[in-house]
Amino acid sequence: MIRRPLRPLARILAARAQGGDPGAIEAENLRLRNDARRDELRLRAEGRLFVMALCFLGAFTVIGARMGTLAASEPAEPRLAASGEAIRASRADITDRNGRVLATNLATHSLYAQPEQIVDAARAARELAAIFPELDEEALHRRFTDGRKFLWIRKTLSPEEMQKVHDIGEPGLLFGPREMRLYPNGRLAAHILGGASFGREGVHSAEVIGTAGIEKEYDAYLRDPALSGAPLVTSLDLTVQAVTEQVLGGGMRLLNAKGASAILMDVHTGEILAMASLPDFDPNDRPAPLTRGEAADSPIFNRAVQGVYELGSVFKIFPVAQALELGLAGPSTVIDTSGPMRVGGFSINEFRNKNFGKISLAEILIESSNRGTGRLALQIGAERQKEFLGRFGFLEPTDVEMVEAPTGRPLFPERWQELSTVTISYGHGISTSPLHLAAGYASLVNGGTRVRPTLLRQSGPQRGERLVSEETSKAVRTMLRQVVTEGTASFAEVEGYHVGGKTGTADKPRAAGGGYYEDKVIATFASIFPAHDPEYVLVVALDEPMETSGEEPRRTAGWTAVPVAAEIIRRTAPLLGLRPSVDAPPLPALTPASNG
Amino acid sequence: MTEMVHGTARAHAGDPVLPRWWRTVDKWAITCVLLLFGVGLLLGLAASPPLAARNGLPPFYYVERQAVFGAMALATMLVVSMMSPLLVRRIGVLGFAAGLVALALLPFLGTDFGKGAVRWYSLGFASVQPSEFLKPCFVVLAAWLMAAAQDVAGPPGRSVSFAVALVVVGLLAVQPDFGQAALVLFGWGVMYFVAGAPIALLIALAGAAVGAGAIAYNASEHFARRIDGFLAPDLDPRTQLGFATNAIQEGGFFGVGVGEGQVKWSLPDAHTDFIIAVAAEEYGLVLVLFVIALYAAIVIRSLWRLMRERDPFIRLAGAGLVAMFGAQAMINMGVAVRLLPAKGMTLPFVSYGGSSLIAGGLLMGMLLACTRARPQGEMSDVFGRGGR
Repeated sequence: MIRRPLRPLARILAARAQGGDPGAIEAENLRLRNDARRDELRLRAEGRLFVMALCFLGAFTVIGARMGTLAASEPAEPRLAASGEAIRASRADITDRNGRVLATNLATHSLYAQPEQIVDAARAARELAAIFPELDEEALHRRFTDGRKFLWIRKTLSPEEMQKVHDIGEPGLLFGPREMRLYPNGRLAAHILGGASFGREGVHSAEVIGTAGIEKEYDAYLRDPALSGAPLVTSLDLTVQAVTEQVLGGGMRLLNAKGASAILMDVHTGEILAMASLPDFDPNDRPAPLTRGEAADSPIFNRAVQGVYELGSVFKIFPVAQALELGLAGPSTVIDTSGPMRVGGFSINEFRNKNFGKISLAEILIESSNRGTGRLALQIGAERQKEFLGRFGFLEPTDVEMVEAPTGRPLFPERWQELSTVTISYGHGISTSPLHLAAGYASLVNGGTRVRPTLLRQSGPQRGERLVSEETSKAVRTMLRQVVTEGTASFAEVEGYHVGGKTGTADKPRAAGGGYYEDKVIATFASIFPAHDPEYVLVVALDEPMETSGEEPRRTAGWTAVPVAAEIIRRTAPLLGLRPSVDAPPLPALTPASNG
Repeated sequence: MTEMVHGTARAHAGDPVLPRWWRTVDKWAITCVLLLFGVGLLLGLAASPPLAARNGLPPFYYVERQAVFGAMALATMLVVSMMSPLLVRRIGVLGFAAGLVALALLPFLGTDFGKGAVRWYSLGFASVQPSEFLKPCFVVLAAWLMAAAQDVAGPPGRSVSFAVALVVVGLLAVQPDFGQAALVLFGWGVMYFVAGAPIALLIALAGAAVGAGAIAYNASEHFARRIDGFLAPDLDPRTQLGFATNAIQEGGFFGVGVGEGQVKWSLPDAHTDFIIAVAAEEYGLVLVLFVIALYAAIVIRSLWRLMRERDPFIRLAGAGLVAMFGAQAMINMGVAVRLLPAKGMTLPFVSYGGSSLIAGGLLMGMLLACTRARPQGEMSDVFGRGGR
C-alpha cells in the first residue's frame, strides 16, 4: 500500500510557484488519507466482527450444552420453600433476669412422604388417618397416588406418634429432624413472649421464626448464628411475674372484671419486672387473630401495651407536679375548688357532685378534685401542658421492645383547646396505655429524670433527660403517700412498705360514640413503693370491675384496683428483696404498780 | 392551469418508504423477534398466574399487560427501524441526554418497590426503569463519538465516550445495579474493540474489570453474597438458583407438560429473571434450545450484515447494540444454568416487564435500522478505487 504523506509538499510548492491554490491540494490529500484510514479500519473491523460472531456463537453453544446436560441429569430432593439463603434452624433461648428459661427449643421430627417409594398407599393412608385424627384417609390416599414426588404430612410429632408411624413399616414415610419452640411456663408472660412458628422448611431442618412479642422484635438477634446461642436476657422476674398474674387473675374474677392489666417497673432502670394482661393465652398454641369484631376482645391483645384508655384521675399528679415545678403553687397553697365551673360550655363537676370548697394543693390530690386540677391546668395553659406531657412520652407510642408497641399510639385532641386542657388534667380526653402511665410515674418519682420502659435486663440506672426538679419529685412522693394514708387509696396500706399512689376511676366512652357509660368504668391504681425513696412503680388497671359485697355495687378504684394492687405488693415486695421497715411497737407504758 | 401557475408537482425522487424498508430490512431478524415475543407470551401464561394470585389479581393480568406492552414495543421497533441512520443518531443522542437526567434524578424521585435498589419511577399504572432506555441510546452516542474519532484530526471521541461510559456506570452502581453497569461497560468495550483498539489495551482493560469486581465484592454485601452463592461447590437447593436448576432437571428433554410445572410457585422472579427455568420445566430442552437458537440467529445475522457495512458509525452502533442484546440474553440464561453468578437481568422480549420490553423494541429497532441493506460502494472496489 502506498503511504500518503501528511502534506504533499512537492505538489504544494509546485502549485505555489505556479500561483495555484495549495488549499485544494491539501483538502484532496486529507480526503485520500481519510479514505485510506477508513479502508484500513474497515478491514480490521471486519475481522473483529467475525471474531465477535464466533464468540457469541460459542457462548450460546456452551449455554445450550449446559442446558442439555442439566436436562439429562436427575433432579435432587424436592424442596418447598422460596428463599435466598440457607435455613438456620437454631434459635437462642429467652430467659428472665436470673437466667430462668422462658422460651427454649425442643428436638422433634416432621413427617413427610415420598409417594414413589410407598409400597401400599391405601394401607399407609389408612394407618396414618388412624394415628392422626385430623388427617383424612381419602385425601391422603389421593395425594399419595396422584404422581407427586414429595408431600409434607405433619410439622411436628411426639415421640409416641413417631413410634407409631415407624411401626407402619412403610418405606415412603420419612422423618426430618426439627426444632420446635417451647414455652415451659405455659401462659406465663404470654403477651411479652408472643409466639413462634415455622418459617421456611426443608427436609433436613426448618426455620423457627417469631410471630409476635419479643420473639418477633428480636427475631434476627435470636437467629443470629454469630451469637452462638447466647440467651436473650429479659428484665422480667419469673416469680414476680407469676405472682402478679396469679393475684391479678384472682382479682379479676372476684371483681367480675372483663380484663385486667398490671405492670411492675423499676423506677431507676426502667426494667419491667412483671407485665400481665388478662385474659391471656398459651404461646405454645397461640390463637389466631380475630377476623371480625374488636381486636381488643381477643386474648392475644396486650392491654398493658396495645390498649389505650382514658385512665382518669391517675393523671392528676401531672398538673399538680407541673404547678409545683412552675412555682404556681406549693403543697399547701389554697385553691378554690367550689362550683360552678364552666369551660367551653361544659360544666366541670366533682365525683358525686361533691363540693370541697377551698382546699390545699395536697388535698386536691387526696380528695381527687376535678375542679382543682382543672383550675391549675387553666393557669398552666394548653401549650405548656402539652409540652410537659409530651416530655413524659404520653403523646407517642412507647419504645418498649415489642413489635406491638407502635400500635399502642396515644389518642389526644388535635386541637388542644381550653376544655381539653381542663379534662386532660384529670385524665379524660387523652388515652394512653397503662405502660405509658407506669413510665410517667417512674419518671416523676425517681428524682425527676425520664426513664423509658424496657424489657431487657439493664446494668445500671438510666440517666434520662431531667423533667422535674428533685424538690418537685420529693413533694410529689409525699403527696402520693398522703393519698394512701388520708385519701381514696386507704386499702393500699401494706405494712412496712409505705405505699403511695393515686386512684383513677374513669367512665368508659361509649363504643358507638357520644358520651360515657354510667356503669362501666376503668379502675386504675398507680402506686409507688416505698414512697419515701421509691424503687418500684406498680400500675393495676381493671376493665369494668364491680365490687358487690356492699349494698350497692361499687366500682371506684379505691374498692377494686387498690386492694388488688395492695395484694400484689404484699406478695412481691419480699420477692424483690425489699426490707419491710416496721416501726418498733411502742414500749408498754410503765404502769404504776399500785399493789402496795 | 394549476400547473401553469404553480409549476408541476415535484415527482418523488426516491422510492416509497415502506417498500424500500421491506426490501432492505433484515426480515429474518424481525421474524426471530416476533417468535421470541410469542414464546414470551406463551411462557407468561404459565409463569405469571402464581404472581397474580399472590397479588390478588385475575390470573392472566400480567399476560394481558405483557401483550399491551409487547404491541407497543413492536410498534417502536418497526418505526425506529424505518429511520435513517442519521435520524437514529439524533434520537439516540437526545434520548441519552434525557435518560442521563432521569438516571441522575432517581435517588430523589425514584422508588425501590421494596427491592433494595432505587431503579424505577412509579407512574401509578406502570413503572419506568430509565436505565433500560439509556443503554441503547448510550451505544448510539458512543458510536457517534468513536466514528468521529476515526477521521484524521478528528475529535478525541474515544476518550470522551469512555468518560461518558464511566459516568453512566457510576450512576448505575449507586442504585446499585451492577448488572446494567457491567452491560454498559461491555457494550462500550465491544465498540472500542470493533473501532480498532490495540490488543494490549484490551487485555489491560480486562484486568481492570477483574479488579473492579474484586473491589465490589469486598465493598458490597449484596454483591458478595451472590458471588459466594455462585462459587459454593454444592448448590443449596433452596436458593433461587437451586430451584432453577431443579426445574431444568425436572423438565428433561420434553418437559413435564404445559401447566404442570412447580417451580413458578416457588420462584419469586419466575416471570422475569428465571423465566427460562419455567420454559425448561414445562416445555423441556426443546423450547430452550429453540429460544437460544433465536437469539443466536439475531446476533450472528446482524454481525454478518454489519461486516459488510462501510459507514463507521453504523458499524459501531450496530455492533454495540447487538452485543448488548446478545450479552443480556446470554447472562440471563447463563445464570439459570449456573455458568454465571446470580444477576437480575431480563431475557429480552421474553421476560415480563414494560420498560424492558419497550426498551428492547427501541434497541432492536435501532439495530434493524443499522443492518438495513445499503449500497456499499462495491463497484468502486471492483474498479480498485477503494473508498466508501
